[in-house]
Amino acid sequence: MPSIDQSKIRNFSIIAHIDHGKSTLADRIIEMTGLLTSREMQSQVLDNMDLERERGITIKAQAVRTVYKARDGEEYIFNLIDTPGHVDFNYEVSRSLAACDGAVLVVDAAQGIEAQTLANVYLALDHNLEVFPVINKIDLPSAEPDRVAAEIEDVIGLEAHDAPRISAKTGLNVEDVLEAIVEKIPAPQGDPDAPLKCLIFDSVYDSYKGVIVFCRVMDGTVKKGTVIRMMATGAEEEVVEVGYFGAGQLIPCEELSAGMVGYITASIKNVKDTAVGDTITDKNRPCAEPLPGYKKVTSMVYCGLYPADGAKYGDLRDALEKLQLNDASLFYEPETSVALGFGFRCGFLGLLHLEIIEERLEREYNLDLVTTAPSVIYRIYKKNGEVIELTNPSNMPDPTEIDYMEEPVASAEIMVTTEYVGAIMTLCQERRGVYLGMEYMEATRAILRYNLPLNEIIYDFFDALKSRSRGYASLDYEVKGYQRSDLVKLDILVNHEYIDALSFIVHADSAYERGRKMCEKLKDEIPRHLFEIPIQAAIGSKIIARETVKAMRKDVLAKCYGGDITRKKKLLEKQKEGKKRMRQIGNVEIPQKAFMSVLKLDEE
Amino acid sequence: MKRPLELYIHIPFCVRKCLYCDFLSQPASEMARHAYVEQLLEEIERESRFCQDYSVVSVFLGGGTPSVLAAEDIRAILCMVRRCFCLESDAEITIETNPGTANLEKLKAFLDCGINRISLGLQSADNRELKLLGRIHTFEDFLKTYQRVRVAGFSNVNVDLMSSLPGQTLASWKSTLRQVVMLRPEHISAYSLMIEEGTPFYGKYHDHPEMLPSEEEDRAMYYAARQILEEHGLKRYEISNYALPGRECRHNVGYWTGVEYLGLGLGASSYLHGFRFRNEADLEAYRKIDMKADDADLRLHQDITELSEKDRMEEFMFLGLRMTRGVSGSEFLRRFGQNMWNVYGKVLPGLQENKLIEVESPFIRLTDFGIDISNYVLSEFLFDR
Repeated sequence: MPSIDQSKIRNFSIIAHIDHGKSTLADRIIEMTGLLTSREMQSQVLDNMDLERERGITIKAQAVRTVYKARDGEEYIFNLIDTPGHVDFNYEVSRSLAACDGAVLVVDAAQGIEAQTLANVYLALDHNLEVFPVINKIDLPSAEPDRVAAEIEDVIGLEAHDAPRISAKTGLNVEDVLEAIVEKIPAPQGDPDAPLKCLIFDSVYDSYKGVIVFCRVMDGTVKKGTVIRMMATGAEEEVVEVGYFGAGQLIPCEELSAGMVGYITASIKNVKDTAVGDTITDKNRPCAEPLPGYKKVTSMVYCGLYPADGAKYGDLRDALEKLQLNDASLFYEPETSVALGFGFRCGFLGLLHLEIIEERLEREYNLDLVTTAPSVIYRIYKKNGEVIELTNPSNMPDPTEIDYMEEPVASAEIMVTTEYVGAIMTLCQERRGVYLGMEYMEATRAILRYNLPLNEIIYDFFDALKSRSRGYASLDYEVKGYQRSDLVKLDILVNHEYIDALSFIVHADSAYERGRKMCEKLKDEIPRHLFEIPIQAAIGSKIIARETVKAMRKDVLAKCYGGDITRKKKLLEKQKEGKKRMRQIGNVEIPQKAFMSVLKLDEE
Repeated sequence: MKRPLELYIHIPFCVRKCLYCDFLSQPASEMARHAYVEQLLEEIERESRFCQDYSVVSVFLGGGTPSVLAAEDIRAILCMVRRCFCLESDAEITIETNPGTANLEKLKAFLDCGINRISLGLQSADNRELKLLGRIHTFEDFLKTYQRVRVAGFSNVNVDLMSSLPGQTLASWKSTLRQVVMLRPEHISAYSLMIEEGTPFYGKYHDHPEMLPSEEEDRAMYYAARQILEEHGLKRYEISNYALPGRECRHNVGYWTGVEYLGLGLGASSYLHGFRFRNEADLEAYRKIDMKADDADLRLHQDITELSEKDRMEEFMFLGLRMTRGVSGSEFLRRFGQNMWNVYGKVLPGLQENKLIEVESPFIRLTDFGIDISNYVLSEFLFDR
């Protein structure tokens, strides 16, 4: 195979806010570069997991290589590297961008710039990528390409007067984007003869090939037989295969050399050995320095995951094990709850990551789950000098042993149309936000900057933000550090029994309100029993709220008339099924959905 | 000896649909009703061929309002039953009748063709409550019909009543009960209103239970019914049914004790040869079935399920316990060859401890509290699947 001329390679990604048309544009590019026929196209080639398609976001970074014959008559190799579009995956985004030389910024002609758009553009500029804008969805009746072009110039400072104005959906003017990629995005400039230096931007586990490492070769050359070393994790293996990415398939090739994007397999068993951001080098001829920017990913949000049916514990463990093969950022360890039995304490990058894992467990592994309230990591400074990192509220030491506590704080940027600024400021105030500043981007939109405790963000903040801004606010945040805070553990007692799975840590000022709402919600969720059931919220031994579930008085099928026994039996079966979905705590049966319902107290 | 069989014959017609009713029933023209009867006759003839080793112990003409049919149609149905089935001479033959749908002549014709029991739908003696239910008659209309039933010569009469109605109070319910017992019916069914999906009442009350009597009021009404009716010799023999001694409805007792039954007509359910099944419930589709065709069975019978021994045990318990006499452990042993206390060893002691059932060997029965929350209790007898 003739070696590839670096000047004919373009490594880039598309950055956009969710729903601004990133995947659609990617599809069009792949289609128009002729790698696939229309018939072969799935509607969205890059998002190959069902789940991603439904959520309209991309979870795992992937790449695709296409060949474009440009107007100058030359053939160019495009490596399109996809980036996850959500704040939880910021680090993964940054590594994907580091693998590129340029980026196409897609902005919706009707929506304009959003908080995430900005965050990703700044990230791209930080990596010295050449960014050029594209205005998408100009076929929409509400499209205002001139206004959006002006906004891009004002807010981001990118030249936008000659930005291609396209409709990725219909294919209108997408050809101009392809030409712009050739013209504006620089070719890679690595040295194929230098010691090997490869950036890992993703990896997936495959049961046949082992871990497949997605990488960009910065310098040097890698081929079958090269013994590679991951510089951060120290793992070493001999390369079995290298290749590049067709659409949805791996195409083996002889070698990957400087400037190329492709994959490496080397019988690696665990994605933990191939951490995103790590540098691959040649064991026998290592490079002097690893690439900059490697970070060990840490979980930000924790929660307990329990199988609804206790007998499925083993299945849940197997499923988590399998998911972790592909997702090094997922953490889990066994945990036991009096209320919920055997399960796992799991750590996630953020709330969205949590939801995605939960959904995958339920859908792909067919598990019924009960989750406990998400928690952040609190630092507890005990009087004896010990410091505890607390991920499970029920492990909180006795308050008398605690000197003080700290909680993680994030700096948040919220972009919102000016009419909702007041509502959003109130929300941030309620969530203990510290106001840092506000900037008007144009007459109608502003960026609010706040420091917000992370536990307030993970608790229902997205939903509240969307509902109070009628969907017009967008959020970006980054965890900055820890701050001292007046925190208490709120316990729930049902029929005087302490329910460990319902405990959570909350700021002292919100404890009463939260306790009261929890009790009200549980009162609605717990069915009447043969006896009266008190539901109490407590801080330590002090009861701060109480509700009562009255005793069952009546549950009788008065009419058992006619021969339709089957229908009667179904009714009883439903009742029995209902009982099975309950957790027995003392004498009280608590429906599993009660554990979940308290996670969303603010919904009206 | 032939095995006992009950026949249920469904007449899916009424003058006007009541607002709470979820039975298969609708108003129809006289011609449509007659056409239905023609088809029904063919079904009776067809189905009887598979029931030759049974003898019929009861016939129940239910609806809808079967009494909207012309006397001739009713006569034709019963003639066909007699011609095709072995009908026992003392069989209980009931027809449901609503006030305002039967004159004396029709009632006499009913008696003449062998009907020996009338079930009258009254529901309430309070005209305001009747109107809220969407009933077509007043209490006075009922009194007239009741009078005619007696004059025609019926000596076995049931009156249907309903409690827990919108706007009903304990006082108005007691008043209904007292006015009805004065008439000395042999049998009273006193149900509490159920809000069924798909009815106008569902739309109105499902999300507004506060517009209906509370659970506590409902129970108070239930206990009032029991007290007043028993004072007048009407003994409770099932959760919602009361009768003078010996006048218990044989047909319904059959359902609760596992007697086989054949349902005829639109949507009727059957339990026969160890199978449960249900007839086609769409009127048009039912009418189009060629009852003489070999494959009529495929089109007529749906949801066919064979009962396993476990199914039969469950039913023995949850149906039998609706009867105040309860279920008998020795009968359980005779039918299934197993000890009830072993089979339900995990369930019975707990229920007994919570005073939901009481034991009087060999019988177990629901306590009053057990009746109040009988769904909860009865669901315990279903096996894990």
